Amino acid sequence: MSARKIAKGIYALWYREFKVFLRERSRIISSIFLPLLWFVIFGEGIGTIANVGADYNAFIFPGFLAMTIIFSSLFNGAYLVWDRKIDFLKEVLVAPLSRTTTFVGKALGGVTDAMLQACILLVVGIAIGMPFTFFNVPLVLVMLIALAIGLVSLGLIIGSFMESPEGFGLVSSFAVYPLFLLSGALYPLDKLPAWMKVVTHLDPATYAVDGLRSVTIHASSLPFVTDLVIVLAFDVVLIAVGTWAFNRMKL
Amino acid sequence: METISVRKLTKRYGKLLAVDGISLDIRKGEIFGLLGPNGAGKSTTLLMLSTLLAPTSGSATVNGHDIRTEPAAVRDSIGMVFQDPSSDELLTAYENLKLHALMYDVPLREIDRRIDDALGLVDLRGRKNDQVKKYSGGMRRRMEIARGLLHEPAVLFLDEPTIGLDPQTRKHIWEYIRGLASRREMTIILTTHYMEEADQLCDRVAIIDGGRIVALGAPAELKAGIKGDLVTLTGKALKLSGVQKLPFVQAVERNGGKACIHVTDAAKNLPRLLRVAGAVDSVEVHSPDFDDVFLRYTGKAIRDGDADATEYMRTMARAKK
Repeated sequence: MSARKIAKGIYALWYREFKVFLRERSRIISSIFLPLLWFVIFGEGIGTIANVGADYNAFIFPGFLAMTIIFSSLFNGAYLVWDRKIDFLKEVLVAPLSRTTTFVGKALGGVTDAMLQACILLVVGIAIGMPFTFFNVPLVLVMLIALAIGLVSLGLIIGSFMESPEGFGLVSSFAVYPLFLLSGALYPLDKLPAWMKVVTHLDPATYAVDGLRSVTIHASSLPFVTDLVIVLAFDVVLIAVGTWAFNRMKL
Repeated sequence: METISVRKLTKRYGKLLAVDGISLDIRKGEIFGLLGPNGAGKSTTLLMLSTLLAPTSGSATVNGHDIRTEPAAVRDSIGMVFQDPSSDELLTAYENLKLHALMYDVPLREIDRRIDDALGLVDLRGRKNDQVKKYSGGMRRRMEIARGLLHEPAVLFLDEPTIGLDPQTRKHIWEYIRGLASRREMTIILTTHYMEEADQLCDRVAIIDGGRIVALGAPAELKAGIKGDLVTLTGKALKLSGVQKLPFVQAVERNGGKACIHVTDAAKNLPRLLRVAGAVDSVEVHSPDFDDVFLRYTGKAIRDGDADATEYMRTMARAKK
């Protein structure tokens, strides 16, 4: 298969994901307001008792950027289940594209969706005076993209095994909540009991949140580059599993 | 030269033999019909030939490519229009077609022109930028047929192309399919359970029942294969057991107050038949049509679509009262 064909195939699938995303306004709106809602409630509620050595709002805002990525990336896998249900998946699978190409195209579409949502939240953050600067925003974006790649892949992996959207919702929430709650988005991880700390180390979002904090509030357990490398390592594994899952996928 | 060659193709789902060792050859530029009742194995055959389903055993080549060892090459050269809608209804017709053209590597400069041509052929050019969810069932089907043609495949598979469409749209789609086969030398394989479609549209027809080909040939040949005439009698007290014993009677089908009797030389034998049949309200003699061909090879009448099936259920329900 020529490079041109692969590129067109990837573009085709991205084009479709992007068009669908733009038509589903309710999803865009809820995916932006949900983190803001959490942010306001947590910032005001927990903020009164939290002692994180910094402004609590500035501490958790990167966490909610990660939350947007976690939720929308994983949710993207539901589209795959939906495609199967409306038989659109047949049209894609009968096309002369390799499954790897199909996977990459869909994943890029999902990353684009997640990033657009995160960018809107980022703009809100800048507007309300969160510690984003001309220098750290590019690093924040790189980290969010790295996180989105892995989690979109995870969503697609789950989606490729699921027959019904309800089943997907159930299984993906088992992934979404631990990924979010154990990532350190809401509270510092250093005072956790040892066994729980081990679990947080298996969560790619932990490193993403840590990396985001390192460039925004300059409080982190690892240097930014180390965090980024670890998130990228998760990406490599999840992409490999994702292409395998797509290659075994039946109608 | 054979565009499609199928040898002992078999698909088994557990104990169920969905397709049971089918062999056939389809020539270039031919409109070939797979006719059979629901569950006969038509769609399964199509899914195997389009490489979406792996055969349990047997083999087939499409445009010279083996469906098991060269699935990508097969998929490159075929177009597929599925029985169930398989477009994204949030997208417009244009977007659905563009997505398809990109996936099938249509040259970028040609995409818009081809989309315009294809939609023009199915009379949807004016609705190009409407979301598919605003389409009727017939419009959506036409859009999907147009989509299947965008990459100008050598072979086009159509799974029940006119199911659920009104007679006018159906005839329109037939004309269109004929045009494709003759002008572009496209080979077209379609499944159908409409007798009229098989009879009028297809160059050759394979009748499939229980996963096997029970008859294969041009519709005219198949009709000529049924010798004799058909006599339809109506009457409340037909004595069919006596009729069955007559030497010139081949078969008797009973349907409520109606009986369809296959006879040799109706002109000569009709008086004798009527003497045995008891009180008859009406008599009709006709030469065999495609329905009779089907009845002959499968032993059952086919129901033309859901409307007729509902009609049939109603008749049965009334008969029980």
